[in-house]
Amino acid sequence: MSVNSATSDDDTPDDGDESGGPEEVEARVGLRYTLKQVRQDTTARIGTYIVGFMTFVAVFAAFDYYVLDYAIAEAVLYNPETDPENVRRLLPPVGMENQFGQGVMAHPLGTDHRGRDLLSRTIYGTRIAMTVGFLATAIGLGGGTVIGAVSGYYGGWIDDVLQRVTETIYAIPFLVLVIAFMTAFGRNLTFAMIGVGITAVPVFNRLIRSRVVSIREEDYVEAARAAGVKDRNIIFRHIIPNSFAPVLVQATLQVGVSILIVAGLSFLGFGAQPPTPSWGQMLSASRGYMLPAPTFSIFPGIAILITVIGFNILGDGLQDALDPRINN
Amino acid sequence: MSEPLLSVRDLKTQFFTEDGTVRAVDGISFDVHEGEIVGLVGESGAGKSVATSSILRLVDSPGEIVGGEIEFKGETIFGLEEGDDGELRPRDEMLTEEEMRKRIRGREIAIIFQDPMESLNPVFTVGGQLREFIEINRDLGAEEAKEEAIDMLREVGIPAPESRYDEYPHQFSGGMRQRVLIAMALACQPDLIIADEPTTALDVTVEGEILEMVTELQDKYDTSFIWVTHDMSVVAEICDRVNVMYLGEIIEQAEVDDLFHDTKHPYTSALLDSMPRPDRTVDELRPIQGVMPEAIDPPAGCRFHSRCPEAREVCREVHPEPRELSDEGEAPHTAACVKHDAFGVGYDESPPIETEATGGFSAGFTETGGEAE
Repeated sequence: MSVNSATSDDDTPDDGDESGGPEEVEARVGLRYTLKQVRQDTTARIGTYIVGFMTFVAVFAAFDYYVLDYAIAEAVLYNPETDPENVRRLLPPVGMENQFGQGVMAHPLGTDHRGRDLLSRTIYGTRIAMTVGFLATAIGLGGGTVIGAVSGYYGGWIDDVLQRVTETIYAIPFLVLVIAFMTAFGRNLTFAMIGVGITAVPVFNRLIRSRVVSIREEDYVEAARAAGVKDRNIIFRHIIPNSFAPVLVQATLQVGVSILIVAGLSFLGFGAQPPTPSWGQMLSASRGYMLPAPTFSIFPGIAILITVIGFNILGDGLQDALDPRINN
Repeated sequence: MSEPLLSVRDLKTQFFTEDGTVRAVDGISFDVHEGEIVGLVGESGAGKSVATSSILRLVDSPGEIVGGEIEFKGETIFGLEEGDDGELRPRDEMLTEEEMRKRIRGREIAIIFQDPMESLNPVFTVGGQLREFIEINRDLGAEEAKEEAIDMLREVGIPAPESRYDEYPHQFSGGMRQRVLIAMALACQPDLIIADEPTTALDVTVEGEILEMVTELQDKYDTSFIWVTHDMSVVAEICDRVNVMYLGEIIEQAEVDDLFHDTKHPYTSALLDSMPRPDRTVDELRPIQGVMPEAIDPPAGCRFHSRCPEAREVCREVHPEPRELSDEGEAPHTAACVKHDAFGVGYDESPPIETEATGGFSAGFTETGGEAE
């Protein structure tokens, strides 16, 4: 229902309305330019639809969770906790049959080993995955931007110190680093997120630094200095906006990567703990039931697959769309 | 004459590179008085741009101002003194970095850069950038600053400034952008504008318009200019006084008419001779032979002797400091060439030497026609 309407909403801005009025020279930077390029690039558009859909599902789940207190989930879907007598474990999806019984409409995708509805858990998993993906990326982006910009702009010993420190982080295998981090601070989603965010800092740091080093030599930066603009404003108003395109691409890809890593951590038991409905945790729980009830592990797997592919496609599309060498 | 607005004394700026110390600016002195346009002329690499960034203390690592004194309106922009331990250290009255940024840069001394294509940030609208500069340097609110920005755009001759205010730099032509940069420099009503080859990237007709506009605005606002260029015709057009630089040194300093009609330094004459004129064909052009030596290892003696058509043995040995050569009652005119009697080092008796300019080893190079500059 709501899911269907989301899909059709996303479909409306299609190829049809690309005429865009009279021929006009446009800035090859900035948000409006980016959106226009994305609309013209098929790959980027498909990526946008997938990511948009996943975001919608996540927002829907968050709304149900925070505002309605599971009202929609409970009204539509059967919850074993409210009716312990009728628990039906490991049911297959509607229209299929396995040794535990026949699929029923109440559980369109079947149930898990505790009789909980797989569809609702997968939907709720979207909320967790998207939150984790975006926040981890935000941490990496924020930290990497500040370190990279300062390091590239000032150069000298500041640059050396900051770069060596981030390179040290880069040198340690990220999974080991995150697991060590969580062992020290606590095994839960928050620290998984922060840990993954920290491992992303060096990636953004390098990207931003390389841009800053070249852009700080531009005349308009020199002009701003000569006009008495503060260093901080030069970095944030003149240098960083000019590094927009590659950073946006990297950030998009990084969301997908973060989702994958956190799912992996949850699978290993370091991220989300039961009964949190995270995809990684669901996969982890389904390990023992792969043969009798394969759909238990298939659906969360598909959810991860689609989301990560969505972000990757969007990232690739953005890269093509924003590459000034490709003439659209 | 009255107190100069800006006074530069024995300024030295060096770059400490892996290959050695580059003496980009090596002891230059000049003054800028109120309402004056002072030219700073020389070939590429003579140290003109480094000199101007030194005035704003904008020299980047590995460069450093290592000596001399810069005074602006009685305040010390740069000055060193000997500390108790015998080491040189900045003088107490020298402006701090903070004061430089808040009070001097943009507010008192503005700079117009060479390439109008690169001097505006492509991400922001022209108006937005102009407004930002006005806001920072004149303590105006956003609304007032915007009005002021539009007024300035109109002032520098941009048609329909209200609508062009919201356009991006790439929607402006080169000449228009240079006008915007001039508006930016003037907007903060500075006392001194440093124009770093502002018309080099423009075509000649636009250059003419810009020069005309600058003279008009200069009359109106009574701003002083330091006009950096390698183009002698621009110098003739707008400058009051001229400093000619070669390899980090000022080798001749005079009022513009004196410089053109009573040239005292062979390098200046060579520059003038290499200027294309309608009454001469390409074959008659006399470009300066050879290229400027590296500032990392300047020639001994007179730095120009390796390319000087009048070089003699003594030029290799004596390094001339600029001397006052004008007669009593005339405008000051200094030059650093030992051929003048005032130096008294025996130029006339010294035998001529072979240099790139006198034929000799580079004769073949000369025939193939060589470079324009």
